[in-house]
Amino acid sequence: MNKSTSLKTKLLNSPYIVWSALFVIAPLIFVVYYSFTDIDGNFTFENVLSLTAYTDTIIRSVWFGVVSTIICLVIAYPIAYIMAHSKAASQRTMMIMVMLPMWMNFLIRTYCWMVLLQDTGIINTFLGKLGISPVHMINTPGAVILGMVYDFLPFMILPIYSVMTKLDPSIVEAAQDLGCNRFAVLRKCVIPLSMPGVISGITMVFVPSVSTFYISQKLGGGSFELIGDVIERLYLTPNQNNVGAALSMFLMILILICMAIMNKFSNSSEEGMVI
Amino acid sequence: MKKFLSLLLCVISVVFCAMPAFALSDNEIEALRGTKLYVYNWGEYISDGEDGSLDVNAEFEKRYGIEVVYNTFDNNESMYAKLKSGGVSYDVVIPSDYMVERMLNEGMLEKLDYSNIPNFKYIDEKYRNLDYDPDNEYTVPYNVGMVGLIYNKKLVSAPPTSWTALWDEQYKGQILMFNNPRDAFAIAQSVLGLDYNSEYPGDWRAAAEELKKQKTVIQSYVNDEVFNKMETGEAALAPYYAGDYLSMLDINPDLGFVYPEEGVNFFVDAMCVLKGCENKAAAELYINFMLESEVALANAEYICYASPNTQVINNPEYTFYGNEILYPETSVPTQIFINLSDETLSMMNTLWDEIKNYQPNQKLTIESNKYAIYLGIFFIICIAVMVHKILVRKYRENY
Amino acid sequence: MKILSKIYTFLVFFFLYIPIFVLIIFSFNESKSTSVFTGFSFDWYLALLEQEDILNALKTTLILAVGSSVISTVFGTAAAVGIDSLRKGWLRSATMGVTNIPMMNPEIVTGFSMMLLFVFASKLLGISDSMGFGTLMIAHITFELPYVILNVLPKLRQTDRNLAEAAQDLGCRPVQAFFKVVLPSIKPGIITGMIMAFTLSLDDFIISYFTNGREFQTLPTIIYSMTKKRVTPVIYSLSTLIFFSILLLLILTNLIQYLNEKKQNKTSD
Repeated sequence: MNKSTSLKTKLLNSPYIVWSALFVIAPLIFVVYYSFTDIDGNFTFENVLSLTAYTDTIIRSVWFGVVSTIICLVIAYPIAYIMAHSKAASQRTMMIMVMLPMWMNFLIRTYCWMVLLQDTGIINTFLGKLGISPVHMINTPGAVILGMVYDFLPFMILPIYSVMTKLDPSIVEAAQDLGCNRFAVLRKCVIPLSMPGVISGITMVFVPSVSTFYISQKLGGGSFELIGDVIERLYLTPNQNNVGAALSMFLMILILICMAIMNKFSNSSEEGMVI
Repeated sequence: MKKFLSLLLCVISVVFCAMPAFALSDNEIEALRGTKLYVYNWGEYISDGEDGSLDVNAEFEKRYGIEVVYNTFDNNESMYAKLKSGGVSYDVVIPSDYMVERMLNEGMLEKLDYSNIPNFKYIDEKYRNLDYDPDNEYTVPYNVGMVGLIYNKKLVSAPPTSWTALWDEQYKGQILMFNNPRDAFAIAQSVLGLDYNSEYPGDWRAAAEELKKQKTVIQSYVNDEVFNKMETGEAALAPYYAGDYLSMLDINPDLGFVYPEEGVNFFVDAMCVLKGCENKAAAELYINFMLESEVALANAEYICYASPNTQVINNPEYTFYGNEILYPETSVPTQIFINLSDETLSMMNTLWDEIKNYQPNQKLTIESNKYAIYLGIFFIICIAVMVHKILVRKYRENY
Repeated sequence: MKILSKIYTFLVFFFLYIPIFVLIIFSFNESKSTSVFTGFSFDWYLALLEQEDILNALKTTLILAVGSSVISTVFGTAAAVGIDSLRKGWLRSATMGVTNIPMMNPEIVTGFSMMLLFVFASKLLGISDSMGFGTLMIAHITFELPYVILNVLPKLRQTDRNLAEAAQDLGCRPVQAFFKVVLPSIKPGIITGMIMAFTLSLDDFIISYFTNGREFQTLPTIIYSMTKKRVTPVIYSLSTLIFFSILLLLILTNLIQYLNEKKQNKTSD
């Protein structure tokens, strides 16, 4: 019996392990390999050292990622709370409405924002008709952050919402019985218990917004770049794949560190909450 | 009028296709039926059937039964990078002169069999045997053109005559710039009176400094995004190709155009066949087809670039017959691009990278420092919260 | 408080839908402009039908999405069963770690690294153009697998292991036991995983952009190249059609679900 189990296990696992080794691990090894070699395949530190030129870009990307994640969280938390506490039928409708934009291609939605925000765009034309002088919005950091918040907001709403629906209402009732007012219930029960949703929401927003490359090109006008833009540009520049690989490796490490900090953060806070 | 003409062309071309004159025998052509041809061309660079124009690729497919797989690129460098990095290959590519030279030097091109391209006879003498292909063994010119300065008459106080308009503080935030190094550097080099093909590092650094200065006034770096931005009046000034100005003019009549006095780049985009091409006969058939008078005319009408094809230039029906911008009578000071040495190329790329990364003077330090400080504060808050949590827990554990 | 939350909800949804309103309205624009509305027409819908490359891309995208989601579902479910039967130890944690990589990694890194791999492989094998439908498929399956696995695993954990053993004691072969006992109980996880995989594949741009090669454009990559050129409302009409078909699909599935639940409630009453 035991033998057959281990055989079965091996049979079921080995294809997946082989696949992962080929298409998950091997590409990453290539990234590392290309980072440390020049075009002719000789070992070099030059690519990695040349990354110092991108310090500004990296700082900017991380900062934009942090800001858009925080804004997403601030917008998404109340809406997820409202959704989780409305009637079943309207919950269903709201779920569809949150998910629907996600199915539309983000390129088109971002492009539409560009059309909206342009100096001669829809918003400014509208303001002009009202007699208000046009506001310059496009090609600013604000526009890029707006684009990120817009594109990734559903990724924040959905996990928080799904955790909140699973929240046992009797806990809230118990807290109320024990004399908590509405605010205290929120602070002591709802927020701590919805933490897993918040954490996964933060991950799902932060990672794409640090690494995005289309939003900044369209809404930022290409006058300031983010990490993703640089990687794409290097990909399209002759003989620059090695530097691109080095930057990808850096981005990967950066994300891993951020995730590790996140996990540490969430663990300690969860433990704190158990007490 | 243009619509009608294009429709007419469609009809003519269908009639004409019954009697083509080919060097490839009918049997040979028949043998190509069902094969595929991979074409890599610039975006917005072929008549595609819009507004009743002739859909060139569809017409080719219909006539010969060869499927055209058509992809586009938006600058020479990205085209070269994609081909060079491997993973993709094409049969017919249409790079510009200096890139042809580079690809030729690197042995990426295949010699053409001109007996399969009898329509080559239509190519104007002055566009044959050009420097990039002195014996004309590898290329057939597709379009020729010049770079110029496009401006919006409504947004510009006086028509500019010089490239320095692109540095004018007055138009801050309304200036577009080429998003590819070669064309962008050429403009700075014109302003400084330098040779486009200089091999002196100092010249390139000087031009790069000039481009960095420009960053304070630039709205964005563009390639084909320029169409929408200029057509909607989103930007006031943009350097781009003369032919594209004419096609924008159709949509936005407020646009004006000038060849700046410092001189401009003259270029030839040429059709070539890549080495290792899987379907060379079809590729040559395609090149020949592109030179047919109806097809060349349809393309010239649609793309609005100057044509090297005598059948087009001398056709009085051609919309741009004798057009001053495309075929200027007074000579415009021009320079051509020549392939640069590897060292200069890699320096140009590095400098371009610096420019793209560069944040204008005071703003630079302030902006990135600002973000760094914000980030620092954010992390300090995070750590503080964590420490607080741990302390609270410890405190509770103790009591 | 009630009114406040209603206003808030409205504002958030308004924010989510402004660009979509814009594109729906401008898809009916008479002129070529994507920002000035001049008059109502269906021209861009007719123009869409004539754009063969878009229709081809739509076909590629759908085939890719269906194919890759089905393959990754089958493959992922098998892998999940395999992982579930692994004992705790380095192999299990290593496998789980690897599973997390494509989810954690930024898409641009996944795309770029896959491109490097395919290019290297094509150089090694001496093929001039390795990029194509195959590489797209491999890339899509790879980034979809973790989502399937992570949806199926929790369901497997909830399933009582004794059930399968009981079935075997009652004379089922192991395979039969799996299909008759285990599969029904993990079905919801499989379905969610498959839907997620399908959605991800349909919407993916970045990874396809790096791996699609010369012949196969997916809808997102073709949209990208369209927004790099002169943009016409054709893109809008295409997106409007996509929007309404998805809306219809979502409403239908929800309606069916709702009716099923109602029926079940009635029978249980």
